Parts: sequence; C-alpha cells; structure tokens
Amino acid sequence: MSLVKTRSVLSRLAASAAVALALAAATPLVTAPAVAAPTFRFAFQGDLKSLDPYTLKETFTIAAHGAVYESLITRDKDLKFIPGLAERWEMPEPTRYRFHLRKNVKFHDGSPFTADDVIFSAERVRAPGSNFQTNVPGDATFVKVDDHTVDMVLKAPNPIAHYQFGSWYIMSKIWAEKHDALKPTPAAATTPSYAALNANGTGPFVITEHQPGVRTVFKRNPNYWGPVESNLDEAIFTTIGNDATRVAALLSGEVDWIEPVPLQDQSRVNGNAGTQVISTPELRTIFLGMDQSSDELRGSNVKGKNPFKDVRVREAFYRAIDEDAIVKRVMRGQATASALLIAPPLFPLAGEFKRPAYDPNRAKALLAEAGYPNGFEVPMDCPNDRYVNDEAICQAITSMLARVGVKVALNAQPKAKYFAKILKPNYDTSFYLLGWTPSSQDSHNILFEIAGCRNDKTSARGTTNLGNYCNPKVDELADKVERETDQEARNLMIKQAYEIIQNDWGYIPLHQQALAWGVSKKVKVAPRPDNQLMLYWVSKEQ
Amino acid sequence: MLAFVLRRALQSIGVLLAVGLIAFSMFRFAGDPVNQLVAPDTPYAERLQIRESLGLDDPVLVQFARYVGNAMRGQFGNSYQFRQPVSSLIAERMPATLELALCATLFALVFGILMGVYSALRRDSALAKLFQVVSLVGVSLPTFLIGILLIFLFSVTLGWLPSFGRGDTVRLGWWTTGFLTASGLRALILPSITLGLFQMTLIMRLVRAEMLEVLRTDYIRFARARGLTTRSIHFGHALKNTLVPVITVAGLQLGSIIAFSIITETVFQWPGMGLLFVQAVQNVDVPIMAAYLLLVALIFVSINLVVDILYTVVDPRLRVAVRRPA
Repeated sequence: MSLVKTRSVLSRLAASAAVALALAAATPLVTAPAVAAPTFRFAFQGDLKSLDPYTLKETFTIAAHGAVYESLITRDKDLKFIPGLAERWEMPEPTRYRFHLRKNVKFHDGSPFTADDVIFSAERVRAPGSNFQTNVPGDATFVKVDDHTVDMVLKAPNPIAHYQFGSWYIMSKIWAEKHDALKPTPAAATTPSYAALNANGTGPFVITEHQPGVRTVFKRNPNYWGPVESNLDEAIFTTIGNDATRVAALLSGEVDWIEPVPLQDQSRVNGNAGTQVISTPELRTIFLGMDQSSDELRGSNVKGKNPFKDVRVREAFYRAIDEDAIVKRVMRGQATASALLIAPPLFPLAGEFKRPAYDPNRAKALLAEAGYPNGFEVPMDCPNDRYVNDEAICQAITSMLARVGVKVALNAQPKAKYFAKILKPNYDTSFYLLGWTPSSQDSHNILFEIAGCRNDKTSARGTTNLGNYCNPKVDELADKVERETDQEARNLMIKQAYEIIQNDWGYIPLHQQALAWGVSKKVKVAPRPDNQLMLYWVSKEQ
Repeated sequence: MLAFVLRRALQSIGVLLAVGLIAFSMFRFAGDPVNQLVAPDTPYAERLQIRESLGLDDPVLVQFARYVGNAMRGQFGNSYQFRQPVSSLIAERMPATLELALCATLFALVFGILMGVYSALRRDSALAKLFQVVSLVGVSLPTFLIGILLIFLFSVTLGWLPSFGRGDTVRLGWWTTGFLTASGLRALILPSITLGLFQMTLIMRLVRAEMLEVLRTDYIRFARARGLTTRSIHFGHALKNTLVPVITVAGLQLGSIIAFSIITETVFQWPGMGLLFVQAVQNVDVPIMAAYLLLVALIFVSINLVVDILYTVVDPRLRVAVRRPA
C-alpha cells in the first residue's frame, strides 16, 4: 500500500521531468530566424583582436577591416590592382606617384574624405607601434596638391612602392583627432585605445557592435559611394576556437562560413546536403631550412663541422623527401607541391621551375660521397599549431630521412614556444619547417628576407633567413630587383636568383597548403588566393 | 571566533600569493607573447621595443612584485591581445560563466536528487539500473566528449538546439543575462548538461548511498512503528537527513564548476571566463592568465572559508575545539 504510494509520487516526478524535457524539445527550435534581409554569419578560429587597422598584420584581420576601411589601391578577385579610394594614379616621374582621389566619399561618421586623410594615414601607418610600417615606403613624403590629389615622392625609384597599399587602410583625420586616436594602437598596448574598439572607415559596411573575442556585427553602409556586389544587410562574426564545434555550427546551419575546416572533416562537410568545402591553393609556401653557417651543427653527433655546409648533404635531404607522398597522404590532396619559395600566382615565370625528383638512392649515394655513409643525427624544429598538419608533415619527413640513414630528433611544439626559439635573436635551430607569405606579394621580399645573407648586422637583410643560407649573387640580384622598373627585365632577374637558390640547394620548398573554407550552399563567396574573405563579395540567398 | 576567522583570512592571503608566484614562474614556459602579437615579418627592432614596453626582460620576481603592487591598487593591467583592462574583460565575461554554473548546479541537484532517491527506494527496478549506467557514463566520459556528442545529436542531427554561443542576451546594468530570451535559454541547455553531468552523477550516488544508510537507522524504524505514512518517512525524514552532506558537497562543487567550466566553455564557445582563459593561454596573454588564476584561487579560498565558518556555527563541538588553543 505504502509502496504503491511512493511509486506514484516518484512516477509523477519522473513524468513531470519527462514532460519538461519534451516541452524544451518542442518549443520553437529552428535556429536561424527567418528574416527578410540576408544575414551572413561567419566563424573563424581566431579573434578579431583590434579594430585599429594598423595593429595586426594578419590575414583574417586585414580582410575583416577591409569591409569597413578602404585603401587607395585595392586588389580584385585575381589579386590585380584596381582603383580604391584613388580613382586613378600615375607616375609623372620615376620617383613620384600621383593619386587622384575619389570625390564625394564620406566616412561613416559623415566627415568627408580628402587629401588630408591620406597624408594623416601615411604618417600614422608609419608611426611607432604600427604593424604596417613597411606597407608605405619609409622614405616617401606625401604632398597635398589639392583637396583630391596627393603626390607620393620617393628618394629613389621603387617599382613596388604601392604593392602593399591594398592593406593600408585610410583613416579619418578628424575622427582620430576627436577621439585621441592619432597614434596607432600598438600590438602591446599598455593603455586602452578608442580606435581598437571602434571603427570609422569609408567602406561598404559599418561595425555596429564589437565585443572582442565574442562577436562583431557588420551592417550595410547606406551612404556608400559605389555599387556593392554583396546583397547582405548584416554580417555577424563569431570566434569558434574548437574545431568540432566550428564544423558542427556549419553543418547545423547556424553559421554560413567557417575557416578553417580541419582536413579530417572535409569529406563530412562535403557529404552534408547544404554545405561544401571550397579549397584553393594559398599564397603561403611551406618549406624546410637548414643551418648553413654555424661551424658545428647544434644537437648533431657530427662534431667539429657542419654537414649542411656541404652542398651534397643539402641535395641529399632534398631528394630524400617524397613531397608527392606528403601531398597525397599527410595533406590528403589539399596542397600543391612547390619548386619555389613563392606561390605561382605571385611570380609569372614560376611555371619554368620543376621540383628536382625524389630519389632516395641518389640521396644515399650523395651522403656517402660527403662522408656520411651511415647518415648522421640532427634535431628538427617544427610548430604543431601553426600550419595545416605541420607536425604530421615533420613526422613524415623524419621517417623519410630515416630511410637514407639520417636520424632526425623531432622537436614539435606550440607556435608561441617554437617562434621564440627559432626567430631572431636566438636563431636556435639546425633544421626547421617554416611557412612564408611575402607581405608585398612580390619576390623581392623572399630574396631579401628569406634568402638574403644575414652577415651584415646593421641591415635588416636576411632577418628570417634562420639557417643563414648565403650567396652574394642573390643579394646583388635582390638589390637590382628592388630598383628595376621594367617588369620583364625584373622578372628575369628574379628567375635568375631563384635558379641560384635552387642550384645551391639552399632551401627545400615543400608546398602551398590549400585554404579550406566551409561554406553553406546558400551563400556565394569569392575565395581569393591570399585567403581573404571580403564581405563585399559575399551574397546570400534569401 | 574572531581570531579563528582572522587566522583563516591571513592564511588565505598566503595561499593567493603562493598561487600568484607559482603562476608567474610558469608563464615563462608558455612561450613568447611578442610573437603572438605581431606578424611574422615584423622588424626585429619593433619586437625589441614591444618586449621592453611590456617589461618582459625583467626577472620573474621583479615582474611578480610589480604585478602584486598593481593588484593591491586594484589594477590588473591590460590584456595583451584585446588592449582592454583585464578587470573589465573579466567582469564582462563573468555573468556568462556564473549563469552557466548556476544552471549546471541546478540541473545536477534536481536530477541528481531525484535519481538518487529513486534508485535508493527502488534498488532492483530496471530504471534504477539504468540510472546506475548513466551515472557510470557521466563519471567516466570526459567532458569535451560529452559536449561534442550532445552537439552532434541535438544540433547537427536533430537541429533542435544551438551548438555554440549564448544566444541573445539582455543587458541589466553591467550584467548580461541569457535568462530573458528564448534563444538565450535554449543556448543554456546543452552546456549546462555537459558541465553538470559529472556533478549530477556524484550527487546521485551520494544521495543513493546516504538514503540507504538513513533508511536503516533506528529513527526510521521508530517512525514506521509509529505508523507514519511511507511518504512522510521517505521524504519528510529520510531525505531531509540525507541532504546535509549533499548540500556540503554541492557547495564545494560549485567552486569547481566555476573553475573547471573551461572545457565546456571551449567546446560550446561559451563567452565566459574559462574561454577567455583558454584564449589567453594560446596567445600567452599573461595579464589575463594571472588575473584568472588569482580569481579562481580566491573563489576556492572563500568557499572553504565560508564552509569552515559554517561548520563552527552548525557544530558546537568544533567551536569548543577552536576556542581551546586560542
């Protein structure tokens, strides 16, 4: 009797719990509200850390700022230069660029866009604390001709002076004065900055809400000066750091775009009815570098000499690595093997270079010839959270080199630790994997930064040449390339420099990883090889 | 009593300082913040300048002393990555974490007690056995796996609940709440279950064991002998006496729910303090890491302090024991 009563109480409790659950399940559950105006939701693994366009030179950040801010010259879907805030430009003489500015352009706060804003932005972008100082030549002076004409005067001819203008965004002088934002927000700001939390550009979108690390809301700018391809009224950015959650958010339709899609989830995203993976080769090149300047190789069992100084050893390493297998197995086809340190879209003559063939027998013979018939030991530095499958690539290379007798001790660690170890001033590495995109999108950056001799302490040449590969002929060519204004002659010089590097076996280029966007089939996006998602090219079905 | 509280408070400050010092000496192993702040091709001179402006070249003890000095004045510095005061960032993220912790605790208490009572009273029923299995799953499966399983079931396959974020929130002064909107409430369901599942199984097992214990005691037998209804015996006497240890455990667990919501917040991209901390670790954002660790230490220390004080209030024997040495 009493037991029956207890049971009824409990079953009532259980029943009400079940009802509560069922109710929770039954209340309106469609996630995306059906709105008339298209809202584009996009999620990236990282944050939008600062709205100040001069704080952080990072692909996603630059692209996000590009919806709000505009540059004098911009790049189209194929990375070709097209007019931005400058209607047109010309070079009346080799050291003078003349920019004719668009009239009737207004910033989001209503202030008009004039030559003063360009001159102000040119100063601000080169001021201490800016991460974009090299985007505008340091020796250039900007002269106002009239309200809508500006001259950039250079000390010496420079054919690529405007190559990085695409990510040099123009800010309003009046706005900066009003909000005490005259100085760029440095990467390591010690005081909070207004410009880091608020944006005021001339672009087709306005930022209406910004919670750092959580979400940022972009709304269509109703007063935009030109036509916009996008049909979006609103775009909402969210950070989703966890890979599985990011993919789940795309699959469930809560977001329309994600980056990156982990390699192992790509077939799942493609298998889902409403989503697809869009992948195109990125501009970043992944390569291996070798310490060619130390007298003794750190961490190696070869004492008193450095095996990498011997060109035969470098060739042996190159030939021992089966890049096709890396592309097929490790990268699951989402990479393009590369013969150069630069991606093909950035160098017209790239097609003339071939990767020397994979040949482990030749590698073994070369090692024996160099005096290492049984190979030797060498440590390798590798990041494990920076590039696509970076650690797996290094593991594959370790086992490939083991086949020719070289024992690699792999040291894979998070980027925060990895970069601190290998970059200037430590240069503490014997053999490493690195990825590089020339910020100027031009070969000179590679020849100067990566392949230039590091021996002159007063020069910035070779700052990221971690193994100090050095051939004075490359430096000579790099200097000529910097000045040469004839494009064809210039390309031939660049080609010559790359040939020298290849013949020296100075670096081992691996591949360009593919950028993988997960995209809802309802939206149309324009993937650009530099991996930038431009909101003004995004459209969404209603 | 006052001496006891004072002594405990002083000990707490010692704990906080120790946590801070240990944290600071570990930050060096997290890597170099500068590389997380700027592009890889940033000129070397600029990097040096940043190092200097952040005071990264000073010895650890100097950095720690400076930090403690500032913290005493209520200044926790600026986040390296967000360029905002750490205190305001944490204050902004705190409501999300506290609301999640509250829901998870409620979920754990309600379902844990219900299931515990049922499986104590109906030890041999099929449902009780099912509860045992569920509790085993809750104890043994790691949180992130439970979270991802729930996401794939309820968000991707069924499409019922959101997979990430807090939904729409309403701002009440400095507090943002997800309790007042439908999307905010729906967003709370999966993270709360994920976070509370472990606690729920803990409470369920505790209630079951305590209840079985209590049902064997003399006063329950006397109550039966007095002819009280089973209902009043079970719920009026047995359950009430079971709850004392349950409340103690639940209170202590609240601290760990707040502190260890890190994993749940990461899986669900829940914009709380735990997620802020994880982002800070990835970016070597020392000011946020330091402030968060101190805050968590503070939460634990205060909960323990309160529990200790409550014990002496509840249990006179303890009070006497404390008085004697003083």
